[in-house]
Amino acid sequence: MTGSNGVRIVAHHPIVWFARRIFSGVVVVWAAATFAFLIQCVLPGDRAQIIINVTSGNVGPASSAELAAINAKYGFDQPLAVQYGKYILQILHGDLGESYQQHRPVAAIIAERIGPTIVLAIAALLIAWLIAILTTLFIAGRDNIWSKLLNGTQVFLATVPPYWLATILLVLFAVKLGIFPVIGGNSPIGLVLPTLALALELSGFFGQVVQNEFTRVLEQPFVTSARARGMSDFGVRLRHVLRHAALPGITLSGWALGRLLSGAILIEVVFARQGLGGVLVAATSSRDVPIVSGAVLISAALFVLASLIVDLTYRVVDPRIKLT
Amino acid sequence: MSQGRPQPVPQQPDLLRVESLRVSFGRGIAENTVVRSISFSLRPGQCLAIVGESGSGKSVTARSLIGLAGRYANVHARQLSFDGMDLIGLSDRAWRRIRGTEIGFVLQDALVSLDPLRRIGKEVGEGLLLHGAVSSREELAQRVIALLKLVGVPEPETRAEQLPHQLSGGQRQRALIASALALDPRILIADEPTTALDVTAQAHVLALLEETKTRGKALILISHDLAVVSRVADEILVMRGGEVVERGTAAQIFRDPRHPYTRQLLDAVPSGRPPGSRLSPSTIVRSPLPQMQLPLQSLPKSRPILLEATSLVKRFKGPDGTLRAAVDGVSFEVRSGETLGIVGESGSGKSTMARMVLALDEPDEGAVQFAGRPWTTLAECERRARRRSLSIIYQDPLGSFDPRWTVGRIISDSLSSDVETRRKRQERVIELLDLVGLSQALLDRRPLELSGGQRQRVAIARAIAPNPAVIVCDEPVSALDVSIQAQVLDLLGYLKDHLGVSYLFISHDLSVVRHISDRLIVMRRGRIVDSGATEEIFRNPLSEYTKSLIAAMPRLVRDQHIGHSTTILEGGIA
Amino acid sequence: MSMFAEVTLSRPLREILAIVRHVPFRIAVCLIIFGVFVLAAMAPKVLQTHDPLAIDLRSALQSPSIAHWFGTDQLGRDLYSRVVEGAGQSLAIGLGATALSMSVAMAIGGAAALSGGLLDSILSRIIDVLFAIPTLLLALVFVTVFGPSVLTEVVAVGIGTAPGYARMIRGQMLSIKGAGYVEAAKVLGHPFPRIVWRHILPNAMNPLTAMMTIGVGQAIIWASGLAFLGLGVAPPAPEWGALLNAGRNYVIYAWWLEIIPGLAVTAFALSLTIIGRHLQDRLEGQR
Repeated sequence: MTGSNGVRIVAHHPIVWFARRIFSGVVVVWAAATFAFLIQCVLPGDRAQIIINVTSGNVGPASSAELAAINAKYGFDQPLAVQYGKYILQILHGDLGESYQQHRPVAAIIAERIGPTIVLAIAALLIAWLIAILTTLFIAGRDNIWSKLLNGTQVFLATVPPYWLATILLVLFAVKLGIFPVIGGNSPIGLVLPTLALALELSGFFGQVVQNEFTRVLEQPFVTSARARGMSDFGVRLRHVLRHAALPGITLSGWALGRLLSGAILIEVVFARQGLGGVLVAATSSRDVPIVSGAVLISAALFVLASLIVDLTYRVVDPRIKLT
Repeated sequence: MSQGRPQPVPQQPDLLRVESLRVSFGRGIAENTVVRSISFSLRPGQCLAIVGESGSGKSVTARSLIGLAGRYANVHARQLSFDGMDLIGLSDRAWRRIRGTEIGFVLQDALVSLDPLRRIGKEVGEGLLLHGAVSSREELAQRVIALLKLVGVPEPETRAEQLPHQLSGGQRQRALIASALALDPRILIADEPTTALDVTAQAHVLALLEETKTRGKALILISHDLAVVSRVADEILVMRGGEVVERGTAAQIFRDPRHPYTRQLLDAVPSGRPPGSRLSPSTIVRSPLPQMQLPLQSLPKSRPILLEATSLVKRFKGPDGTLRAAVDGVSFEVRSGETLGIVGESGSGKSTMARMVLALDEPDEGAVQFAGRPWTTLAECERRARRRSLSIIYQDPLGSFDPRWTVGRIISDSLSSDVETRRKRQERVIELLDLVGLSQALLDRRPLELSGGQRQRVAIARAIAPNPAVIVCDEPVSALDVSIQAQVLDLLGYLKDHLGVSYLFISHDLSVVRHISDRLIVMRRGRIVDSGATEEIFRNPLSEYTKSLIAAMPRLVRDQHIGHSTTILEGGIA
Repeated sequence: MSMFAEVTLSRPLREILAIVRHVPFRIAVCLIIFGVFVLAAMAPKVLQTHDPLAIDLRSALQSPSIAHWFGTDQLGRDLYSRVVEGAGQSLAIGLGATALSMSVAMAIGGAAALSGGLLDSILSRIIDVLFAIPTLLLALVFVTVFGPSVLTEVVAVGIGTAPGYARMIRGQMLSIKGAGYVEAAKVLGHPFPRIVWRHILPNAMNPLTAMMTIGVGQAIIWASGLAFLGLGVAPPAPEWGALLNAGRNYVIYAWWLEIIPGLAVTAFALSLTIIGRHLQDRLEGQR
């Protein structure tokens, strides 16, 4: 229950603060890397066996010579500590390992597919913010049929499964009405429906949080003070309340990244977009672990980056933190 | 209706006329009338005070005058006019032309009444911008600085660039008043303008309001505190349950209160009564009260020392990362059966000290001995068995009760485990409820279902249940209305005589501490600046700070000749 | 005399009526929807109109009609009966996953909050790191490692959603630990385990109940999402996620195969969310 008034006022020097943030970010990424390494180790059954099966498509057991060759190639015959050290070293060099199935570096595979996914996620984040702020600004705290309708819609959007919403949009706008292409590929016009599907879901979450805070702040004495100076209702909403109400929403944006990525994976599959989603689903079903663990590492790094941006934004919007 | 009213400036016409104002919330059977039939009028240079406890309808009345009673409020009046203009049924647009320009409004506690995310200058100048009173940015800046100077905010240029939380409480409140005065309104309405402030800051703000009045503004002052308004008000309305129970000039009301409620309010102000005397009508504490005598003389010096603190130090990390001593070398002792009062403004370290006495925070240096044995230096498990001898009463009893528990369970939980059978416990709980003047019908209530006064009584019952030797009272009456405060103080006094417990009584309110304490220490910035027998300190304060505190004490006009001296210590509000 | 008996008899009835009357309309609707789903899970036969597995190629891919309320699939199976049949498994997966994730979250978040100090910092770091990985990705990790199966699905969703709950539980417990009544109990000399047992846990339980109610709905959404990607239960079982996955290929010709199972998931999750939020408000009002 940290209200906007209960914000912890951190007054360390910005550089000290920044250094600390970077350090704790590195710790998170390192821990994620360890987690990614562990995933590869705990794989039930012999790893070499799985690799052979994945590569060849056969299911039968491989000969011991084949297994030994694979073990030597991937270094599975070395002690775990050595493997771990090598893995971390590789990561420091930007090497996330090699896909079992595609025999290509994981880093390259992710790099060429992550672009469209990030574009989708960021576009959805911005649209979700826009929807949340506009609806809140005009409707929140007003006791009429619109605000009730909006509340209901927000709960609905926040609960509805993203892939289902995407499917409805697809059936309605692409199949029945033919406004958008069914298989959009990565063209800008093809981006509209996926973005909308992802943004609508997220706007439900943002909307609820921002609107809650908005109605709370509307009752605050400083708002009454502003009204007593002769400020109009809309002026009060825009100049005083919105800024306060945005604060928890901003904090939420960092958390939203995880949700966006989860949603993006599903929605890319619905719209058959060329993004990270398809790669991951294929890798999961073929048990191509290096790709999945690479994605874990990348998303942890993205999360750290996003929280840093969120904190910086927070500092801009809430001057109490910067000063003192 | 006008003949009984004082006419300080008879040639001036009324600026504001209110006749039969009625405000209600909701509709139909759910309609709840909070203000019924209130009438008054106001002339330039006159101050009208509306006094009442929480729920009396005073704030709603004030807000109705600027059309901000709220969305669900129904406001009716036979007449509601400003300078001849009818205010009834005004559109929001028309109201906005009046708000700020003709009628200024100041709310309590500027920390939340000024936008915490905007700079002071912006808030003060907002009215000027809204009503197009300035043509350029430079002019705006100048006007803002001038306004801040007018209300006596030091270093106005710097302050204008700061955020509300960077100013002291008194400065904030003055900045808020500046923002209300920006457009030179003819009426200023102040709703509890001094409630959240320390005494010295309170005195400053009152002086500022008085000055505003002498500059020809009409002033409406809303307060729960008769002592506060007594200094500024020309006419006083006493409200209760949405109705005016008494009206008259300040002098009339203080000298000759007619309505029993007014009398009750006046009696409840501790500074108006001799220390130790009862403040509330006798019907409230049900057990017969013994004859009260001044305990000061009756206290033999030889009583054993129960609690002894020696050079306590507690440091906290400040916002800039440096260590700051919240409590800095404090020593005192509490003897059996006496009350030691600790008074100080917010931030003086008194609550930190209470926590150390209770061994909730560990002192960085020094130690507390309890009943002649070590206390703070022990490990928690060794202390646990003796904890029952030391109780606490908090300022906010609600937060100190488990919301799911009933009153019966709360009190029973604190009984010592010697009381074994269920029936005995039950009997003892009822006995305790009776002792604090509560009916046993409350046994099955939960804390949320109790009134503020009842909650504090339950808290007291819980505190005395384990038969403690010492009770630490941390601002026990600060959150209560005056009449309830009076009852609770009386109850504490009665229990002390009845049970022979000692109190460590912490408060920011000098008059309350004076009323209940045998001895007193005055704290400032973590240090003791004065200590001794209570009346001795009041008669002959040693430090300048104590003198300024005593001088700034709001008191009723009937002893105004001692009141507000001008020797207020500037640094007191820093 | 008979009048008196009548009055005493009808009193409990009136009390029940009074309680029912206090339930808001939308909550009543949600409770009914929830009840229907529970009935479908417990006794699918009561609600079914057709055999969910009976293949009838002559009536394949029919749109919703009076004969087939939700239409039929590519093998002519009645979609309505299949959705009813799938409720049991879907609800079980949702419940199992929520139970798992709540236990893990309680263990980690609760231990962190109650212990404080070093253990708290370590545990919260672990929570942070797991929280940095998107829920679905964390679930994918488990499917990759253990291969698709019902058990994997439960574990994947359970572990995937646990970090978020652990965070919430830790925050909740910390705020209760700092509450005035906990300090008051300490001042009374009560030992810490007793305070935990009598104050902290019971007070943390209320918000947890609401959280779990909403959580079951969310878990079903995540599980169906996994299945939708083809990483869930094997196709012949009419579990909702499997229906969604099967319908994916026909969405252009037969929208109902995708939209209607999704509607079931949504209706169930939504009714639980609304009930959970109502509980949250009610329980909060008590404190």
